[in-house]
Amino acid sequence: MLPSDPLRRVLVVDLARRRFTVEDRPDLFEAGLGGAGVAIRLLEEECPSGADPLGPENPVILAVGPLVGLFPLASKTVAMFKSPHTGNLGESHAGGRSAVAIRMAGYGAIVLRGASSTPVYVVVDGDDVYFRDASALWGMRSAYTVGRVIRERERGAGMRTIIRIGRAGERMVTYACVTTETYRHFGRLGLGAVFGSKKLKGLVVAGKRSLPVSNPRLYRETYDTVFRAAVDSPLMQKYHELGTAMNVLPLDAIGALPTRNLKSGRFEGAETISGESLAANYLGRRVACAHCPVACIHLAALRLPYPNDPYFYKTVMLGYDHEPIYAMGSMLGIASVPGMLQLIDEAEAVGLDVMSTGVVLAWATEALERGIISLQETDGLALTWGDWETYIEAVRRIVDPPNDFYRALGRGVEHAASLYGGANFALAFGGNEMAGYHTGPAAYLTYLTGARHSHLDSAGYSLDQRAASRGEMLTPEGVADALRAEEEWRQVLASLVVCFFARGVYTPEFVERALAVVGIERSADDLARLGADALRRKHAFKTREGFDPARLRIPDRILETPSPLGAVDREFLERAIAQFFRGE
Amino acid sequence: MPNRLSVIDVDRCVGCQSCMFACARRLGEGGLASACIGVRSAGGIRRGFVVVVCRACPDPPCARVCPTDALVLRPPGGVRLRAELCIGCGNCVQACPFGAVFWDARQHKPQICVYCGYCARYCPYDVLALEEVPDVAQ
Ligand code: SF4
Ligand code: SF4
Repeated sequence: MLPSDPLRRVLVVDLARRRFTVEDRPDLFEAGLGGAGVAIRLLEEECPSGADPLGPENPVILAVGPLVGLFPLASKTVAMFKSPHTGNLGESHAGGRSAVAIRMAGYGAIVLRGASSTPVYVVVDGDDVYFRDASALWGMRSAYTVGRVIRERERGAGMRTIIRIGRAGERMVTYACVTTETYRHFGRLGLGAVFGSKKLKGLVVAGKRSLPVSNPRLYRETYDTVFRAAVDSPLMQKYHELGTAMNVLPLDAIGALPTRNLKSGRFEGAETISGESLAANYLGRRVACAHCPVACIHLAALRLPYPNDPYFYKTVMLGYDHEPIYAMGSMLGIASVPGMLQLIDEAEAVGLDVMSTGVVLAWATEALERGIISLQETDGLALTWGDWETYIEAVRRIVDPPNDFYRALGRGVEHAASLYGGANFALAFGGNEMAGYHTGPAAYLTYLTGARHSHLDSAGYSLDQRAASRGEMLTPEGVADALRAEEEWRQVLASLVVCFFARGVYTPEFVERALAVVGIERSADDLARLGADALRRKHAFKTREGFDPARLRIPDRILETPSPLGAVDREFLERAIAQFFRGE
Repeated sequence: MPNRLSVIDVDRCVGCQSCMFACARRLGEGGLASACIGVRSAGGIRRGFVVVVCRACPDPPCARVCPTDALVLRPPGGVRLRAELCIGCGNCVQACPFGAVFWDARQHKPQICVYCGYCARYCPYDVLALEEVPDVAQ
């Protein structure tokens, strides 16, 4: 690291005492590079064993990396905390402007400690930190409004991020998200609830500075290589044109689009809610995270009439991606685009993770259908596939629960099924609700073995799809080893906080070159070791907090609905899990 | 003929800020402190973006308010900073109606576009272009 690089500075904010300190920690960044590699070390230091995830002892760590502010697509902030949703590792990544803003404010990481006694939002403006009263913002119906109020009130110079929670976070729904720049999220594993438990409504970070490089010419040349690769690659082009929603139709075609709580892998409304149809009929604007030329964020413009005022309309701009389309579309049998978008809008306004919300509602619908629960539990809501208006009502009840049933739904489908039954169709893995890929065993193995139980941990879905298209046979050991290798390499990317969509551009060789520009010497072998080490540390944290791979639950539903690779086999999954965690 | 930077179609802007980073990189640095171009949301990202560039005015207000004539006119439009004359008063920043005079907070000097077009080469969506400015005097 170059001596004048501010990356090594860690801002520690004590919410209970409303004070802050800056610690010089070159050791952390030396060992872990940044992002996930640094955050896991800070989590080890800060989070006591057995911590209550919603207690003041649970820290929130935000970390960025050495390439942020220097290279395109190094655009993510890694958040780590103990998850109130799974009870072990909480890790979530978000882009927007968050990473560049933290770097421009002059920090490599921010630690949020303790809990405030009254609602606050924290403003970090370069070297200054302010604790602002947020009692008037607490309880506001819409997280959009909260973002607007803070944006208009705060005038931090330079690059600025506004990170905030909605009411779901305040109410500590265990899958409440944290939103940044309206359209990006620390979506999964309940960071929003942890913010809520700290009475922390938001965090604004702003700054402007220059960053040193070892050699300006080398910098410009290396930059051009990655910039051209990003702009010219056909994959990036697709992310720009259709966004991740490009996946809807191909997945449906092979029977891998989870539909109606995965009773099927095909959705008759797929065409309507596809990326192509949304782009043709609703796309209003594309936007990018800071320093990302790809611009994969797609906003739909939805024009809505007011029911009782003739010729009175409002136009809302809503972000869409494959995952929200799956979770609030096919998974709930919703084929109406305006309906699906309004349901997404409601989840956004209250600040819920759309993926978990969709899976929870899908389970509740099937539970009602099967008579496991009745209208008494649902507070009179006849949850029915496709009925988005009723689902919007249900989302409101998850945030303001009228009874124990909705309180249970607010803790996720694993928890709800443990109380009401129906575990065989409760689609959570390691406690986290599934993503929108029913491609075969490798996808499920990613959900099961991934340290975050996220589809992005090791992208098994792409392994399945490759095997299906090439007619290859997967073996449990082969899949386990491939997923482990992929997850280890993704720790390197997550430590550099490079967007996973750019993984084809950020090859080990290129990472080596880019790091040289910032005065960091790491060989491809060093990087591989770093990735393996970060993953081991995450597993150690999970184990310490009670995670046991032998107790991973495999719901029958995923075995019953045929995947493109045929029926998924329980024994295959179990053997692969054992292989994945062998020696740990 | 002299050049100036021009915003061709701001509605194509995705807010990636590649242009801002390019302007700083032109000087061999990372980060944003030296950027002479600014991209911000037009009151929330849902409304799109504002791209602030120096318009190379033929009669630039920034030069008119400079007490030491440190901003020298560049025919047919725009200015060039003579840093050795600048006393860091910041009048020029106030005078530009577009906010296109940026400020170097370390040196306490304005940062003004030199119309090199480096940023435009990194705009992936053809928002920016370097244009030739016809000389009105001719
Ligand atoms: S034209 Fe040159 S100086 Fe002006 S904003 Fe672009 S890169 Fe900066
Ligand atoms: S590079 Fe182009 S698209 Fe990106 S922010 Fe600048 S003007 Fe907008």
